[in-house]
Amino acid sequence: MAKLPVEAPELVRVFGPTLHRVPAGGWARTTEDEKLVKTHCCFCGQQCGIQLRVQDNKVVGFEPWEDFPFNRGKLCPKGVKRYMQDEHPDRLKHPIQRVEGVGFEAISWDFAMQRVVGEIQRIQSAYGKDAFAVLTGASLTNEKAYLMGKFARVALQTANIDYNGRLCMVSAGAASKKIFGMDRSANPWSDIPKAKVILAAGANIAECAPITTDYIWQARENGAKLIILDPRMTPIARNADLFIPVRPGGDIGVFNGMLHILIERGWIDRKFIEEHTTGFDQLVESVKKYTPEYSSKIAGVPPEMIVKAAELWGPAPTSFLMHARGIEHHTKGVDNCMAAINLVIATGRIGREGCGYAMITGQGNGQGGREQGQKCDQLPGSRDISNPEHRKYIAGVWGVAEGSIPQKGLSAVPLVEAIHSGKIKGLISICFNPVVSLPDANFVREALEKLEFYTCIDFFLSETARYADVVLAGSLMEEDEGTTTNVEGRVIRHRKATTPPAEAREDWKIICEIASRLGYAEKFKYPSPKEMFEELRVASKGGVSDYYGMTWERLDETNGLFWPCPELSHPGTPRLYENGKFGHPDGKAHLIPVEWRPSDEMPDDQYPVILTTGRVVSQFLSGTQTRRIGALVDQASQPFCEIHPRLAEKYGVADGDFVKVESRRGNIVVHAKVVKTIRPDTVFVPYHWPLDRSANNCTNRAIDPVSNIPEFKICAVRLTKVDQPSDAIAMLEVQAGGVR
Amino acid sequence: MSEAAFFIDYSRCIGCEACVNACAECDTHRGTSMIHLETIERRDSVQTAPQICMHCEDPICAQVCPADAIKKTPDGVVQSSLKPRCIGCSNCVLSCPFGVPKYLSSIDQMMKCDMCYDRSSVGKKPMCATVCPSGALTYTSMEEIQRTRQGIPINSWKFGKEEVKTKVYVMVPREVERVEIGLVQINATPLALPNDPYDVALMLEEM
Repeated sequence: MAKLPVEAPELVRVFGPTLHRVPAGGWARTTEDEKLVKTHCCFCGQQCGIQLRVQDNKVVGFEPWEDFPFNRGKLCPKGVKRYMQDEHPDRLKHPIQRVEGVGFEAISWDFAMQRVVGEIQRIQSAYGKDAFAVLTGASLTNEKAYLMGKFARVALQTANIDYNGRLCMVSAGAASKKIFGMDRSANPWSDIPKAKVILAAGANIAECAPITTDYIWQARENGAKLIILDPRMTPIARNADLFIPVRPGGDIGVFNGMLHILIERGWIDRKFIEEHTTGFDQLVESVKKYTPEYSSKIAGVPPEMIVKAAELWGPAPTSFLMHARGIEHHTKGVDNCMAAINLVIATGRIGREGCGYAMITGQGNGQGGREQGQKCDQLPGSRDISNPEHRKYIAGVWGVAEGSIPQKGLSAVPLVEAIHSGKIKGLISICFNPVVSLPDANFVREALEKLEFYTCIDFFLSETARYADVVLAGSLMEEDEGTTTNVEGRVIRHRKATTPPAEAREDWKIICEIASRLGYAEKFKYPSPKEMFEELRVASKGGVSDYYGMTWERLDETNGLFWPCPELSHPGTPRLYENGKFGHPDGKAHLIPVEWRPSDEMPDDQYPVILTTGRVVSQFLSGTQTRRIGALVDQASQPFCEIHPRLAEKYGVADGDFVKVESRRGNIVVHAKVVKTIRPDTVFVPYHWPLDRSANNCTNRAIDPVSNIPEFKICAVRLTKVDQPSDAIAMLEVQAGGVR
Repeated sequence: MSEAAFFIDYSRCIGCEACVNACAECDTHRGTSMIHLETIERRDSVQTAPQICMHCEDPICAQVCPADAIKKTPDGVVQSSLKPRCIGCSNCVLSCPFGVPKYLSSIDQMMKCDMCYDRSSVGKKPMCATVCPSGALTYTSMEEIQRTRQGIPINSWKFGKEEVKTKVYVMVPREVERVEIGLVQINATPLALPNDPYDVALMLEEM
């Protein structure tokens, strides 16, 4: 069925998002904490250490964890207020099912399981195994990511499983694999303050990875120069030595232009290139035409900026390059990342102290979530699902016939397109809110409505869960044990602070029961997530992301271990590529020439303005959690359209006016925020909100041919000044998609 | 390590408000933040500045309090107003050169940053300085700050003719000895418009 049972405002009335502001027991509580649980934030890839205060099986607050080496007690506002999702009035406490014209009604677990399993069997026998798909998330623990991949391949035997890391890390991952032969940040963060020049491209570090700020400022105290590429002057760019306000999609102009100058002036490491790389001659040939003037036209910035960037980067003794979604969310996302990485390799500044490279992982387990086999083309240990040797090894671990493991399935966007076109009829999802987070949201809603059956595991009724036939009440991060792998590649322990409330269950128990009822009880017999980790260790053994030498006990003792860690006696590998040893079979880095090409949708006469999207510091991704926390909503209550005064003047728009931002696919009405800190040809809207406030109503579904990441960072829009909307959606609370 | 002190480095601030949110979480603050974040002029810049109480050596807020409700601890922390004494007159709110005290009408009392006295008096860091992800707020020893920062800490201010010394330090460039804030004639037209260093359109024009 998969249609809203009643209009959205009625669902909002019952299931929220409502705002939670006071901890369990109130502010005036006097009792001592029963427990102080050392664990990690549930939100971004920094995975900050935090201690949760527990009384009466309830999380009542937090205490900074100053001994955890990565963040040393530091937190962003999301981390500070994260515990407010516990004891939340919107929490789903039992399974529910859709009732046409009414909403949702509570059902028993037994009935919910019967329905889910019955529908899986019905759809798979009527339309084939692949007609039932799985969508998962990169905020799942390693154990759950591993479980979901195995569940899809063993219990459902569907090829079609993919995850929301497809919207996040895949361009960076693909580029790293192509050039370095491995997909992981190359260095621990402790190398950042030792670098003498830092280049951060498309990374709103202050808002999306706030803890990294201190590492960068510390580098500057030590004399480092800072180069920032971003169409907007973000807080980290304000004090940069060189801020390059690059045109969205123009980054290759800067990278190739810099490389052109590095070669011309001899700021490259010929010995390193000779000994440890391939492809340099083709690379030299490819950047010959990228003179400062030519590059400047692509990048949309003065040529002097590109020259200055090369002059800062070129002669430096040490350097660190980092990038994030700003260069990755493009139909040329992989190429953007490769052009950036070429700068690192050409100068030979990698694999030693203060010399490095990192992609700033976005989601909580953005790193580990992309290694354990929940991607459409991947098996555990970052193995390739189309490689016969890899398939054989995993089939052995799982105790199944190699031939029973499906081949490569569809990635997230084509998967939703296959739902829309009727090829996929059933869906189970966990940890993914595609109605808010995927591009072209109107298309996504249409697709969901075409499903014959949709079930979702969630702890709140997300905007996507509203479309479900059955919602299975799952668990918060702090209600379960497990591990994640942080932005550095450090595997860390999440510890259980409380048990799921009422009838809600740990996610893995729900999945294991479905598998069991499908007839695979033997393959999903785990007493706890620890046994899943034990199996994951073995499954990853000999793979690129080798966890075999890690145990939960070792992780507890060490505050985390970096993969690869192939033996129990192995200390882990904080810094990759030492002594110029790269991940390819030939041990070399493979330099790859990159040619700039236009984005899928460029501005034109009808839609003359570039829309780019991103995040604000107090909200996280699709907002399922953070739009339910009072203090975080107060800080950023609704989306806005950042617009330069020159562009605003053209449209007669003043600060605070309502503007309609409209693309070929949809529109939103939000407040204008007139600021000089953005390029005059570009507007910016953060994407955390749903319905008529969803920036993704406008964005483009086009994907990168290699990574399949969607082009969130550039689409063409037109702007109109409008009156304040007063329809039913506009009248909702702001956290639900209303406007004020 | 010698005694810890509080240091503010405005140049590091990223405006995330982790400090403001964490302040509310300090046990004795019970959900109300005692500090705030200044957004300087968002149209022109992303510059922000956290404002905690500077804990003046001779606090003006206490001097002007007709009820003698504002007290300083022996270790120099200026406390919120004493509930039995505060008459809610807001003299302190108007007189503070840093704009720190806030009159809370709901409780008819002035409340302000007390440097998380329940934490700092037992050797813990104040909440805001513990969580601040940028190091704009730091609670550490003088030796440590001098060892790790390029700027220098100062605690000497001059507002017009009024000299103020504070317990809290601010990080400034090496050549600065005192923060001097001259008197400004209200409604006066500035002689020259300030330049616009953060206007992206101007940066692109330099092509």
